[in-house]
Amino acid sequence: MPERPEVVNQVSTVGLDVVEKPLGAWNTIYANGAVRKTALLILLAAAWEGYARWLGNSLLFPTFFSTVAALFSAIGSGELPRAAGFTIKLLLKGYVAGVVLAALFTAFATYTRLGADLLEILTGMFNPLPSIALLPLALIWFGLGDGSVIFVLIHAVLWVVALNTFAGFRAISPTLRMVGRNYGLSNLGYTTRILIPGAFPSILTGLKVGWAFAWRTLIAAELVFGVSSGSGGLGWYIFEHKNQLLIPQVFAGLLTVILFGLFVENLIFKVIENRTVRRWGMQS
Amino acid sequence: MSPLLSVEGVTLRYRTSESLVTATYRVSFNVCVADRFVILGPSGCGKSTILKAVGGFIRPVEGEIRLKGRAVEGPGPDRVFVFQEFDQLLPWKTVQENIVFALTASGKLRGPEAKDRAMHVIRKVNLADFAAAYPHTLSGGMKQRAAIARAMAMEPEILLMDEPFAALDALTRSRMQEELLQLWEETKFTVLFVTHSISEAVRLGSRILVLSTRPGQVRAEVNSSGADHADASGKKLSARLNDLLFEEQRA
Repeated sequence: MPERPEVVNQVSTVGLDVVEKPLGAWNTIYANGAVRKTALLILLAAAWEGYARWLGNSLLFPTFFSTVAALFSAIGSGELPRAAGFTIKLLLKGYVAGVVLAALFTAFATYTRLGADLLEILTGMFNPLPSIALLPLALIWFGLGDGSVIFVLIHAVLWVVALNTFAGFRAISPTLRMVGRNYGLSNLGYTTRILIPGAFPSILTGLKVGWAFAWRTLIAAELVFGVSSGSGGLGWYIFEHKNQLLIPQVFAGLLTVILFGLFVENLIFKVIENRTVRRWGMQS
Repeated sequence: MSPLLSVEGVTLRYRTSESLVTATYRVSFNVCVADRFVILGPSGCGKSTILKAVGGFIRPVEGEIRLKGRAVEGPGPDRVFVFQEFDQLLPWKTVQENIVFALTASGKLRGPEAKDRAMHVIRKVNLADFAAAYPHTLSGGMKQRAAIARAMAMEPEILLMDEPFAALDALTRSRMQEELLQLWEETKFTVLFVTHSISEAVRLGSRILVLSTRPGQVRAEVNSSGADHADASGKKLSARLNDLLFEEQRA
């Protein structure tokens, strides 16, 4: 076997060109999620407009532009903002109450075994029950008014938020738990500084799903039972204009619901997500 | 000299879904101030369980663990853990915030003092450029360095290290061992270190406790200078440890 000499090279980066090349303009634009989504929205609106024109029946399916026109005139007259404001105020009341109750429930379930059992049983019983099915009963208990609507909203939010939060608490790694205990955190500190941030991805999911449930429940409640306390919300706005066969206004009402949903999902929840779980690398 | 940590006749049991496991049986040893005390044993000998008991996460069913004469009742910031897992840093805090968290949660320091202390230890473990980085952006070695920095910032009575380098690649592992020894030269902290690697025990330990397989019992307690010297009979320390660990299986 021939003897092979050892080889030692000197490596130097001097004189090397930059190894990085900037992306083209198209790639830069395409990499932007907002641009991609806006393009898709424009495409959808164009499809809507095209189909409505081809159909040519504004009673069945108004065009995109007449819907937008109806939307702007309803905003201008103050009718739609008033209805939307009414709905959103009610929604926030019910949502906040539901989330607070869920927090109390979960805290109870985290520190006592009986609480955990109770939460399991109650979520098992009530989570599959559509909140709107409770509305007739709520109307008997709380009368025609905000109270009964808030009751069904709490029901819509409470179980799904509590379930997700509790599942998130349980999924926290034992190492992180021991770290928290190691540095001598009390129960309250342990909950706020370890459990809640550690379970934040699933808490956020719970909050999102709870929000969607509350939105649907509220619009449905308004559609069915309309003016609960003098002035109507968005659901009532839609229902009323359907009765008057003002279909562009119906579409404008629906569009408002959609726009508000997009706003909450893409701005509020997205920003929270980007600043927390994504930044922490807990969600890609 | 009275020992800093005394473990006396400690038997540890834990329950799995199928059975009751005795992890260690009547284990006794003493750790003195500035010891680099290594617990060496095959996997499943209960060495990590002993460490958790010293940390206060598990209660012994028999025997007693005393730190500075006081019985260990539960977890506390005077015995800080460095775990093997990379997920011991809070993912929602940066490296510096993780250390500040430890200092403030335990009530040791607050405000700017905590931040200064954090930066000081971060520099010590050569992570100054990554103080503002979130843990998920760091490599495994850097995460472990940050965890060690967090533990050292607490200036605990005793550092409990549970195979902190076991999940690292060989090169990083060797460098981390070197760095740990350097840190020890600077501050002379007391550390209780669990490992299943003979070479790591020889290199890092000043005193090595050898445990037998399950249930873990004390097989031997030997001194080490770190250089794997041969003893009077001409046997190297690593060879002696190897014999201590494996002769029972051969017999």
